[in-house]
Amino acid sequence: MSTIRVRALAEREAVTVQCLIRHPMDSGFIKDSSGSLIPPHYIETVVVTSSGRTVFTAYWGPAVSKDPFLSFSFEGGSKGDPLSIAWTDNKGQSDSVTTHIL
Amino acid sequence: MRDHRTFGAAGASRRGVLKWAGGCVAAVAALRHGLVGLAHAAQRAVWPAEAFRQTAEPNLLRLYGQAGRPEESEQIALEVPEIAENGAVVPVRVATTLPDTTRIALIVPNNPFVLAASYDIPKGTDPSVSCRIKMAKTSDVVALVESRGRLYSTSQSVKVTLGGCG
Repeated sequence: MSTIRVRALAEREAVTVQCLIRHPMDSGFIKDSSGSLIPPHYIETVVVTSSGRTVFTAYWGPAVSKDPFLSFSFEGGSKGDPLSIAWTDNKGQSDSVTTHIL
Repeated sequence: MRDHRTFGAAGASRRGVLKWAGGCVAAVAALRHGLVGLAHAAQRAVWPAEAFRQTAEPNLLRLYGQAGRPEESEQIALEVPEIAENGAVVPVRVATTLPDTTRIALIVPNNPFVLAASYDIPKGTDPSVSCRIKMAKTSDVVALVESRGRLYSTSQSVKVTLGGCG
């Protein structure tokens, strides 16, 4: 099951993208119930592409909150175009999803 | 593509050559020459590790080729709460009317690592980002915007009642 929930909507002037990514975004500063530090585990890079071009890139650090939300708009996209979102984290894990602009 | 040479202590040079740590140096050079298409093709998603390691705002700014916090701009709209009850989830929104914005960064000077997030804004993408960030304690939140090779900033203080670092 994907960690990425995304909705891309073609509006009159631009395509708006809203995306929620399920990820602990552990900063490495918090201790668990036994008192040990939970190691840092956070998304580093998110790349969004549509029809072959990169439309957004986010570089995140441990200060981004758990289950990060992403929202932005771009021009030049149309209903039906493919839109892909891919993330990689500091442990080398990754996920990606492709959808179509509504 | 991984050219890590710095541009020295040029500071906020008028020609605006900036080393945005970890970014593609070739992309910056291409932008200077107006070859925006080439810059975007050349741009790779390289996570700026050195920038995210910085623990003091002046050091991060120096990495960006700045001698201090860049000039305050009224063309950057920074929305943050005045008081954040939960430091683990502080909503931030940055939008700008500065022309040809290429990057937006969020800095929290009182966080253990001062850079919270950085965004590449390609041509055709609206220069506006929303994010939820963790704040360790009361701090300024600084929005840094790169427009036509120059950096601008605005900041607001956010009071944190329950710190986001546990």
